[in-house]
Amino acid sequence: MQTFTYYPGCTLRTKAKDLDAYARASAEALGIGLIEPENWQCCGGAYTSATNEPATKLSAVRTLMAAKETEGLVTVCSACHNVIKQTNYDISRNEAMAVKVQRYLELDEAYTGETKVYHYLELLRDVVGFDNLKAKVVNPLKGKKIAAYYGCLLLRPSKALAMDDPENPSIMEDFIRAIGGTPVIYAQRNECCGGYITLEDKAQAAKRSNAVMSSAESMGADMIITACPLCLYNLKKNSGSSLPVYYFTELLAEALGLKEVGNE
Amino acid sequence: MNKNEKDWIDITSGVNVRKCMRCGKCSATCPSYDEMEYHPHQFVYMVEKGDIEPLLNSKSLYKCLTCFACVERCPRGVEPAKVIEAVRLTAVRKQGNNHLLPDQIPDMLDDDLPQQAIVTAFRKYTK
Repeated sequence: MQTFTYYPGCTLRTKAKDLDAYARASAEALGIGLIEPENWQCCGGAYTSATNEPATKLSAVRTLMAAKETEGLVTVCSACHNVIKQTNYDISRNEAMAVKVQRYLELDEAYTGETKVYHYLELLRDVVGFDNLKAKVVNPLKGKKIAAYYGCLLLRPSKALAMDDPENPSIMEDFIRAIGGTPVIYAQRNECCGGYITLEDKAQAAKRSNAVMSSAESMGADMIITACPLCLYNLKKNSGSSLPVYYFTELLAEALGLKEVGNE
Repeated sequence: MNKNEKDWIDITSGVNVRKCMRCGKCSATCPSYDEMEYHPHQFVYMVEKGDIEPLLNSKSLYKCLTCFACVERCPRGVEPAKVIEAVRLTAVRKQGNNHLLPDQIPDMLDDDLPQQAIVTAFRKYTK
């Protein structure tokens, strides 16, 4: 069994327990071991790109270092994925930042991006393989027209995240095919849902999330899937649309016949 | 114009604003365009000119969603979001200039709001 370090992040422990529980149950069924590091900290939610903000990198570096002994670091939440991958990318190319972080954390040697970071979808594509996943599906989502919502954090900036083509991605559509569904392509699939602006400006969050939902509905989607708790919130609460929104891990668990496990 | 402030923004962003060729694609793709007084291409241009004071005092600083659309789509690799972030940091690093205070949070909560929204807002809006 291949074993990875698994970083749930703050929201998967609280408002997005489904995203977490279905991810863990499905990984186990697919023969992937996930170990949660002790005493992990919140990633910060947003990557600070400024060159002189080393303190904002510390939590992500602690998490990356905790994964050094396993085959890589797996994240599920799009925001954690984005922050940790961007930190890893920048620190591998910026020696001055690596040295500052080393001094803050009192490390014997600098961390310079050795850990490989996988989003859970990349784990399915690159480690499990979508063909192998398809072979393990017992409850295919036949006839379901599913719109994949990437949003912004899964794909961009693409040179750091290196997950898929940022303008014409296919990883979530390939995932949908593997679990037996029919992917729906729509214009807004990689545009922003409004994100944290919901705190200050509900109208803007409503405008953005409605644009996404209307776009998916116009292409005949039965449902929309996401990897991000904040996208799910905006699409459900702020869009005014009644199109169902699910975490991709919930559909994965359903296809693998594990739904009741996740509900425990 | 405060030369020091402009230099500090250039260092903080790590961006060479002179690479901009004024095509406006960053603003065309920005999901917050309608909500902004100064748009991404204006941030780049005004920082290049050293016209920073209006940006530091503009609510536009808090409208950027950090979606990286402008960063990804700029044909010259200018990365406008990093410029906006550097100006925002210059604003919130000043004492008493935090844009969001913990006391404001309880009124913003509802049962479903993910923690992610709050930690992200604090990271963007405060120092």
